[in-house]
Amino acid sequence: MRLVYLVPLGLFAFFAGLAGYMLTQPKAQNVPSQMIEQPLPDFALEPALEGMPGAEREDFVGGEPRLLNIWASWCLPCIAEAPQLERLREEGVEIVGIAVRDRPEAVADFLQRYGNPYSRIGADDISSLMLEIGASGVPETYVIDADGNIRYQHIGDVRASDVPVLLEKLDEVR
Amino acid sequence: MITSPVARILKSWVLALAGIALLALAFPSQAQQAMPPAPYAYTQLEDPALEAEATALMETLRCLKCQSQSINDSDAPMAGDMRHQVRSRLLAGESPTEVRAWLVRRYGDYVSYQPEVSATTWPLFAIPLLLLAIVGLILLRRLGRTRSDREARP
Repeated sequence: MRLVYLVPLGLFAFFAGLAGYMLTQPKAQNVPSQMIEQPLPDFALEPALEGMPGAEREDFVGGEPRLLNIWASWCLPCIAEAPQLERLREEGVEIVGIAVRDRPEAVADFLQRYGNPYSRIGADDISSLMLEIGASGVPETYVIDADGNIRYQHIGDVRASDVPVLLEKLDEVR
Repeated sequence: MITSPVARILKSWVLALAGIALLALAFPSQAQQAMPPAPYAYTQLEDPALEAEATALMETLRCLKCQSQSINDSDAPMAGDMRHQVRSRLLAGESPTEVRAWLVRRYGDYVSYQPEVSATTWPLFAIPLLLLAIVGLILLRRLGRTRSDREARP
């Protein structure tokens, strides 16, 4: 038998092996934003609750770099990251909150329970800012430099080990 | 009236399970559905032609929360918000191509189910053509040979 007849069988074995290998690999769940190193799009969101200012693009221009934190009172990982955001605030970082599909009473209740690290909170009732900046879930945290450019994206809740990373990124873009 | 101990245990299990099921039902609905959906999340456009365009586009856009569904198929709140963007942008006069490009600029090719020829995907389009060409060549050679064999015979 000529060896060339084994080529299709060899190809089949290669692709079957490749498919089998890929099936054992964990699937990437996160969709990274393509808006990193892009200017923050123009937006203006109403306050998410009474007694606090809303958020707009101008709030990110001038002074020090800031964090933009996308969260919601209905989001469980947001409870887990609340103490870490508090730590960042204690380090002198300004955190602008964006409350996604949330009611003012629920926002107020969440802040009373888990603390309020935010300087202002905008209400994103229809995920419009989320879609503008390429966020695919809640919570996500972005580093915005003082010129209003998006410089870094953290997907998921901020854990204790992420706090130094975020502080370093804020320092880098200063 | 239930009296046997087995029946009593069974009954308490059923009650406990029902309680858990109720809790599971109560939490997400209380949480995410408290807010009314975006205006065009579940409302069709008045112009049937434009709505058909929107549906065709939404069938080829990927839900980011439920990554194996299109935003047309998904009931996730975020898919609703994406449908709102698609419909309101088409209504404002943007073309489906522009709306798709707007999303791809934010989420990359990942958000689109429509195959594009790009630096990484061109082999997918080239390989079938190459295989067809090879098959054609082989056939041509074989058929050509049999014919010439026949002609050579007395």
